[in-house]
Amino acid sequence: MKQLVVISGKGGTGKTTMTASLASLAEGVAVVADCDVDAPDLHLILKPEILETFDFLGLQTARIDPEKCAECGECEKACRFDAIHDFRVDPRGCEGCKVCTIVCPSDAVTMVDSVSGHAYVSKTRFGTMVHADLFPGEEASGKLVTMVRELAIKVAEREKKDLVLIDGSPGIGCPVIASITGTDIALVMTEPTISGAHDLERILGVAKHFGVEPLVVVNKYDLNLDMTEEIDRLCHELGVDLAGKLPFDPGVVEAMISGKTLVEVKGPVGDAIRSVWDRIETKL
Amino acid sequence: MIISVASGKGGTGKTLVTTNMAASIGEVELVDCDVEEPNSYLFFPDREEETSFDCNVAIPAIDEDKCTRCGRCSEFCAYNALAVFPKQVLLFKELCHGCGGCNLVCPEGAITEGSRPIGKIFRARSGDVRLLWGELNLGEPMATPLIRSVKAEATGDLVLIDSPPGTACPVIEAVRGSDFCLLVTEPTPFGLYDLSIAVQVVREMEIPCGVVVNRSGIGDRGVYDYCKKEKIPILLEIPMKRRIAELYSRGILFSREMTEWQEKFAGLLGEVEEAIR
Repeated sequence: MKQLVVISGKGGTGKTTMTASLASLAEGVAVVADCDVDAPDLHLILKPEILETFDFLGLQTARIDPEKCAECGECEKACRFDAIHDFRVDPRGCEGCKVCTIVCPSDAVTMVDSVSGHAYVSKTRFGTMVHADLFPGEEASGKLVTMVRELAIKVAEREKKDLVLIDGSPGIGCPVIASITGTDIALVMTEPTISGAHDLERILGVAKHFGVEPLVVVNKYDLNLDMTEEIDRLCHELGVDLAGKLPFDPGVVEAMISGKTLVEVKGPVGDAIRSVWDRIETKL
Repeated sequence: MIISVASGKGGTGKTLVTTNMAASIGEVELVDCDVEEPNSYLFFPDREEETSFDCNVAIPAIDEDKCTRCGRCSEFCAYNALAVFPKQVLLFKELCHGCGGCNLVCPEGAITEGSRPIGKIFRARSGDVRLLWGELNLGEPMATPLIRSVKAEATGDLVLIDSPPGTACPVIEAVRGSDFCLLVTEPTPFGLYDLSIAVQVVREMEIPCGVVVNRSGIGDRGVYDYCKKEKIPILLEIPMKRRIAELYSRGILFSREMTEWQEKFAGLLGEVEEAIR
């Protein structure tokens, strides 16, 4: 089984739109995993029908029992995350390290489990999809990404599918690292802007660091042809394959509004994505 | 006054709004907390760099001679960052949150505190705009300690924070303590869905918020209907114009070329001040 992850560095470069289209091209051979757990949008296009729901236990958080608390302030002094004020724990700041539980002389602090989100296995018109929602503002999104990926691999094994197709999150931090570790190919979406080029260079560095082969796609390439050429040059210099260029097309937003993939509607972007998929297939 | 600019969905125009607003309102400190992909400084090519320094986080330093491999430290570590073997203790430094717990539980006094860099903090100036940003080292998973450090460096009376995308811990860290949060969205189903999560986050943090609709004219009415229903003011609309997109792509502040926008961004600050009052 192979794993393909769609990532970007910069946000809003078309990861989800690309993943949805690839899902329709990979109908019958892939399980789809939405690992952009704190801004998950793939469900708006794939319209999953939930079959199974799982609780996601994030980090434990500390709780101070006011009955036992002697208000000595030792916990506040020891907390490195500035999460304790006036003998109360701010669960938003708490990282679950437990240091407060050992410095408290009155044994007033305990750690409590909290459900921080859900993971789902669902049916879509293109096959099975695993997705999740993280409760707003929760921590440990990387841990939830790992849970989604493990579920997707299990489902793919059960259904004898050859591919897990992963929609990643923007950036280069913990959820991104959790999405790309151990994958075979990272399809990197970018756009021909100064920000897009800057972020591309950084995310390619991350892919290299984790030993994942990148394939680059420039979205809205005709918005700035000089910058597209620069990205082309950058890929060439780094020995990275530029797998495709998608033109700017207002039809993309229309397709999104009607809940369709770009492969399901006719247009230049859908055609370009088909040839990206051909390129991916030869790599796989 | 601290105003943060956040979005939920990536690529909706946080940096576009933050940079153009900063360039239109006089003396201001622009703090880029999108430390995974900091871009705002790129829009000030005439900036003069002032300083840069490493951002360090605490990690344990283990004295192998004093250590008896009792294993208390690895038992205590909530992040599985320590593994104790018969002959040595292994530290997985990227997993360490720097809480100092291992140091406290070690019965032999074998653990002291060391540090390691996870990123860099930069300071620069471009006219009235003081620039402050962090840049996370490649391969580092944890952005929040760097965001915390970058914010601690901010000293201005008027601070604009460019937040990372999403709605998880890095965003919380970036917008924490703001007087107002501007949520930038685009009028599409993706923009709406992620905006609704972002609104829940800032409401839970009890930070007043308003919306900036970018690329207005595309998409549908979902975002407008939602804002009306939730009584969230739409403070500014930036239309979908090829010229704005092209200028952005070249790293040029569109308000410098289309100067009528300077007044609009100054007006945006006025709206925010009004809303806080």
